[in-house]
Amino acid sequence: MKPFPQIALFLLAALAMVSAPARAADPSAEEIVKRSLEAFYYAGNDMRSKVHMKLINPQGNVREREMTMLRINLGKSGDQRYYIYFHGPADVKGTSFLVWKYPGKESDRWIYVPALKLVKRIAADDKRSSFVGSDFTYEDVSGRNLEDETHVLVRKEDLGGRPAYVVESRPKAAVDYSRRLSWVDRERWLPLKEEYFDARNEPLRTFTAEKIEQTGKYWSVTMRAMKNLQSGHHTEVFFREVGYDMGLKQDIFTERYLRDAPSQWVR
Amino acid sequence: MITGMSRAVHAVAASLAAASLALASFVATGAEGVAWDGFAQSHVAGRTSRVDCPSGTACDFPAAELRGQLKAEGKNSPGNAAFLGRFDLLRDAAVDDTRLVTRELSGDLISEKASVRLGRQVITWGVGDLLFINDTFPRDWVAMFTGQPMQYLKLGSDALKLNAFPGPANFELVIAGFRPDNTPTSRRFIFADPLPAGLPRRTLEPGNDTGEVEISGRVSGYLANWELAGYVSRTHYRSPAWRVTGSEIVGTYPRLNTVGASLTGPVGKGVLSLEAGYYDSPQDRGGRDPAIENSQFKGLIGYSRQLWEDATLGLQLYGEWMRDYAAYRETLPAGFPVKDRLRKVATVRFTQLFAHQTVTFNLFAFLGLSEEDRYIIPSLRYAFSDNLWAEVGANLFGGNRNGMFGSMQDNSNIYLTVRYAF
Repeated sequence: MKPFPQIALFLLAALAMVSAPARAADPSAEEIVKRSLEAFYYAGNDMRSKVHMKLINPQGNVREREMTMLRINLGKSGDQRYYIYFHGPADVKGTSFLVWKYPGKESDRWIYVPALKLVKRIAADDKRSSFVGSDFTYEDVSGRNLEDETHVLVRKEDLGGRPAYVVESRPKAAVDYSRRLSWVDRERWLPLKEEYFDARNEPLRTFTAEKIEQTGKYWSVTMRAMKNLQSGHHTEVFFREVGYDMGLKQDIFTERYLRDAPSQWVR
Repeated sequence: MITGMSRAVHAVAASLAAASLALASFVATGAEGVAWDGFAQSHVAGRTSRVDCPSGTACDFPAAELRGQLKAEGKNSPGNAAFLGRFDLLRDAAVDDTRLVTRELSGDLISEKASVRLGRQVITWGVGDLLFINDTFPRDWVAMFTGQPMQYLKLGSDALKLNAFPGPANFELVIAGFRPDNTPTSRRFIFADPLPAGLPRRTLEPGNDTGEVEISGRVSGYLANWELAGYVSRTHYRSPAWRVTGSEIVGTYPRLNTVGASLTGPVGKGVLSLEAGYYDSPQDRGGRDPAIENSQFKGLIGYSRQLWEDATLGLQLYGEWMRDYAAYRETLPAGFPVKDRLRKVATVRFTQLFAHQTVTFNLFAFLGLSEEDRYIIPSLRYAFSDNLWAEVGANLFGGNRNGMFGSMQDNSNIYLTVRYAF
């Protein structure tokens, strides 16, 4: 009876030796998407950036939004908090948003209306809704859940000189798209491009990472674009003054600072 | 008149003190720069019904104005002192008046654990949508009933506001001079008036130096992702209680104490809001003075959620329950409409955004369940650019003329607002 466990151990070790290099070469589709979400939405313990958004309609008319965005990660749970302050346009200046995001549960969201000094909690069952009228959804801004889609690794190819995995993801519940193809950088794990298709498999929206820069040890997509291929409307977003691990405190992400923007960070 | 003057003097003094406080801090620490913004706006509301107006009432157009707003704000470089000034210059053609209005003028001192704001400032409390229980700060009903943009619904308070943030709870204390609501008068509105006609009227406002100062407090905090708040207020009713005294009619602002609480948090895929409060009329504890509001319990429950992309539905149920109903019924003078003991109002808000949120359709309706009246406010706004928007809408009153909303039905109007912001 004694040799059996030894043989079993030997076999297990041999198996591990064979499969380990294979896994390193080709992580699962879930692993790729998970690492991509972490790199894109969770980099650092906290993040601060100025965000300039250009909303461009098919006639070429441009509307602009100037914001400061703050984010903090709360430990390993995946919970995050976002603070977004609008510097412009003039009519919405001073408006701010607070989002408490939980994986697998609807976010809590508040808006501050400066003219009325009013803080209002808003119904947040709209992660697929447009963020401030742009072609980006709330989910595009603050991240989606890995488990909301099934993922398949389609192929590996270079895109714009970067090595990339191409992953196809299909939402489990019915949403505005039926599938999306993502090109994920094999070294930096950032999404380089995403193509969304509608229920009839027609191209719907395309995301492109136009510019990627390094801040400390983190890579960020500092210029991104989302084009609605069916309406012709598109949105360009520029991230400036990106900083990670700035030492943001959790209490910035509460009603107090929603009413009084934290001047150290919001300028 | 004298109290009005003294109030104005107090307000100016407080605002000047606030401004000089902030300016002193600026000079001492160096300003980050002053930001100037503003807008030009035209607003016209036309009465929808042909009615015979008494002479002296703006009949066809209860609102017709051209307004320019200039806002200046600044913060010093360390971020511990700030100021805000918001001024409107207004040509009000409906009542043939031109005036400069200080909407806000305040200075702030800010530290990590506390802040102070002194001067004229807008304060909004509570969780109701166009229903106010624990927010007893001054409001502008004329602006509301003529379709002015939402920001004109509140009037600034001349106040000292102290905030403390010691830890899990936030404390807010507001010490304010009295300021009445801007209530509808016969200058722009038509409604049945049970008081004798022909007698001169005047109002007597509470002063600031006779122990009549107003004090309000609020404590708020989170319990997980629910927000709880408790409120107390030592204040005054902000619409006049009229009394015939010999040869004239005198309006006073009776004392009011309130205490209450609110709660808001996620339920299902929407947001649930609860608020309740008790209104104590200390000058009429027995409820036998018909000029003074009976002490009341007030409560509301609201729920709002998204229906589909860019569309939100909000529902509220609101009730006021008179404490001394028998005394109210016994002392109510002849000719006044009788209110129910429990006055119930439901509200509906539906908002839909179109075309990348450049078009906003909004419908708000007050439905008087007890008084069988209604007040419906539909509006459609289009933002031509980041700077220019126009809104058409209506204020439609209807139903039982004895109800609060029904009594306004000769004042239904359609309005147009155009604003250019810079």
